[in-house]
Amino acid sequence: MAKILLAVALMALVSYLPRVLPVVFLRKKIKSPFFQSFLYYVPYAVLGAMTFPAILYATGDTASALVGFTIALFLAFCEKGLITVALFAALGVYLFQFFLG
Amino acid sequence: MQIPFFSPRKPAATPYQQEFFLGFRDGFPIALGYIPVSFAFGLLAVKGGLPAWVATLISLTNLTSAGQFAGTNLILAGASLLEITFTTLIINLRYLLMSLSLAQKLAPGLTFRERSLMAFGITDETFAVASVARAEISFPYMLGLITGPYLGWGTGTLLGGLVCTLLPANLQEALGITLYAMFIALVVPPAKKSRAISLIIAVAVGISSALAWLPGLRLLSEGWRITIATIVACLFGAAFFPRKEVSK
Repeated sequence: MAKILLAVALMALVSYLPRVLPVVFLRKKIKSPFFQSFLYYVPYAVLGAMTFPAILYATGDTASALVGFTIALFLAFCEKGLITVALFAALGVYLFQFFLG
Repeated sequence: MQIPFFSPRKPAATPYQQEFFLGFRDGFPIALGYIPVSFAFGLLAVKGGLPAWVATLISLTNLTSAGQFAGTNLILAGASLLEITFTTLIINLRYLLMSLSLAQKLAPGLTFRERSLMAFGITDETFAVASVARAEISFPYMLGLITGPYLGWGTGTLLGGLVCTLLPANLQEALGITLYAMFIALVVPPAKKSRAISLIIAVAVGISSALAWLPGLRLLSEGWRITIATIVACLFGAAFFPRKEVSK
């Protein structure tokens, strides 16, 4: 257990440092339009890269993951809220696995 | 002196309280969205053999999705401390970019303590909401924004850990998709409105898929894949779609 708690503390440290260092130490605004544009696009790129292909392995089998993926894409395209999209995708996966899996 | 109970009208909220409330309101959907995801985390951690309180401690001290999922998997696999720390760090490196991006929008005059505290609450979602919703981010707004998600993340983990044994396996698997579905719900609406954003997402997805599937490249960990894909996609975006209005 001591090793586990130490691991948790180290994880907490390396989760905090990348968040706090730029906010605390980089007080000057960035002037370069190139770097400004780069930073502006970061959230979208991160979300895209985190989602795909990881989503295909999120449910234990690719077929049900594809079902959930399709539902999420469709509902997000219709601009439904975060929770609606998340819950309906999970429901789709559940029903698919229940009846066809 | 007025007796609070009988005062004819509520005292007006201070600007500080107003900002906090605005942030709390914007953070509420994130908090709700975090519950199923952290619930799934609690389930997986306890299913893997950790006590529910340790899973909750991880959520309350780490407050990340990908990083703590990966770190916890490694703990459960009995990996070395070095490997656990290094992998978590790599996955969390993307926060450098977010924090850097957010630092550009902070209201002037924030103290060291305020900056240190609000930095703890930077997640993919709070970052995305704060950057999209506000031109200038104040301390009380950010504090309000992160309060709900923090509580939701912790509560969801605890509940997931406690009911772990009660849920059937297929329901547990179905919950695995909620995190990614939420990410999709975050990126698709802005992508619909901007060709630049949709192309940048396409580049990021293409690279992360190539890194995941091409022989030889598969050796990279997921954290590296995300970081490399993000940097290349944003370089592409900054080169071909520079933002016209320079933010103040």
